Amino acid sequence: MFVNQFLFLAAVLFCIGVYGVIARKNAVLMLMSIELILNSVNINLLTFAMRNGSTDGHTFALYIIAVAAAEVGVGLGLVLLVYRNKKTISVDELSEMRG
Amino acid sequence: MIAQNIGFWIIAVLMVVSALRVVTTNNVVHAALWLVVVLAGAAGQYILLAAEFVAITQVLVYIGAVMVLFLFGTMLTRARIGAESDLNNSYKKLGIPVGLVMLVAMGLALTRSFGDEKLPESAKVVSTQEVSDQIFGPYLLPFWALSFVLLAAVVGAIVLARKD
Repeated sequence: MFVNQFLFLAAVLFCIGVYGVIARKNAVLMLMSIELILNSVNINLLTFAMRNGSTDGHTFALYIIAVAAAEVGVGLGLVLLVYRNKKTISVDELSEMRG
Repeated sequence: MIAQNIGFWIIAVLMVVSALRVVTTNNVVHAALWLVVVLAGAAGQYILLAAEFVAITQVLVYIGAVMVLFLFGTMLTRARIGAESDLNNSYKKLGIPVGLVMLVAMGLALTRSFGDEKLPESAKVVSTQEVSDQIFGPYLLPFWALSFVLLAAVVGAIVLARKD
């Protein structure tokens, strides 16, 4: 197996995630796209762990999974709060801070 | 190695197609279910990369916990479960060139840096014991910090979502 095939897969997933963050209006779908990005980073870390024969990448990947879980928890809490106050989770309509 | 390669390509195609469906489908629940396929495929790739503990954690945390959170978030923020037409914003056309430019840039960088380099053929599976020796050895301080991050996230999520 080539190093590059895993890294290319991660790059494709990362770009799809970036497209999702840009194109989506629904806040829950934006969070899902962020999960795609975090997963592509994990694939990268584990690829380099195998290439270099070390276990550091595994530790980092586990930490990223934990941080992603925390991020989703707080993110969905924020989305719920926004929905309760504005009756919508479309990020285009949250424009109070526009000058 | 050939069997692993076949497995890699099957899972990779499945992951890319599902990821594209996640960002293009018109139904939030369908997006969540396609995301399950991507996450399960990622767990399969971790096993191919000899990372069994990370793969198990991926299944438990992502497919078990995070997906339930997403489905709850979908349920609590929207009344209807069907297809919607207004999930994308006006920057949708901007997203395609941005993604393509990033993909080309990363592809060029990867091709030039790693070219035909191969992963070591005889890599042994990294056991859970080695990973735990890492976490509770040299990486103990980040582990503590991470515990506080999780604690703060739990408290913060409760404070944010509670009705007072």
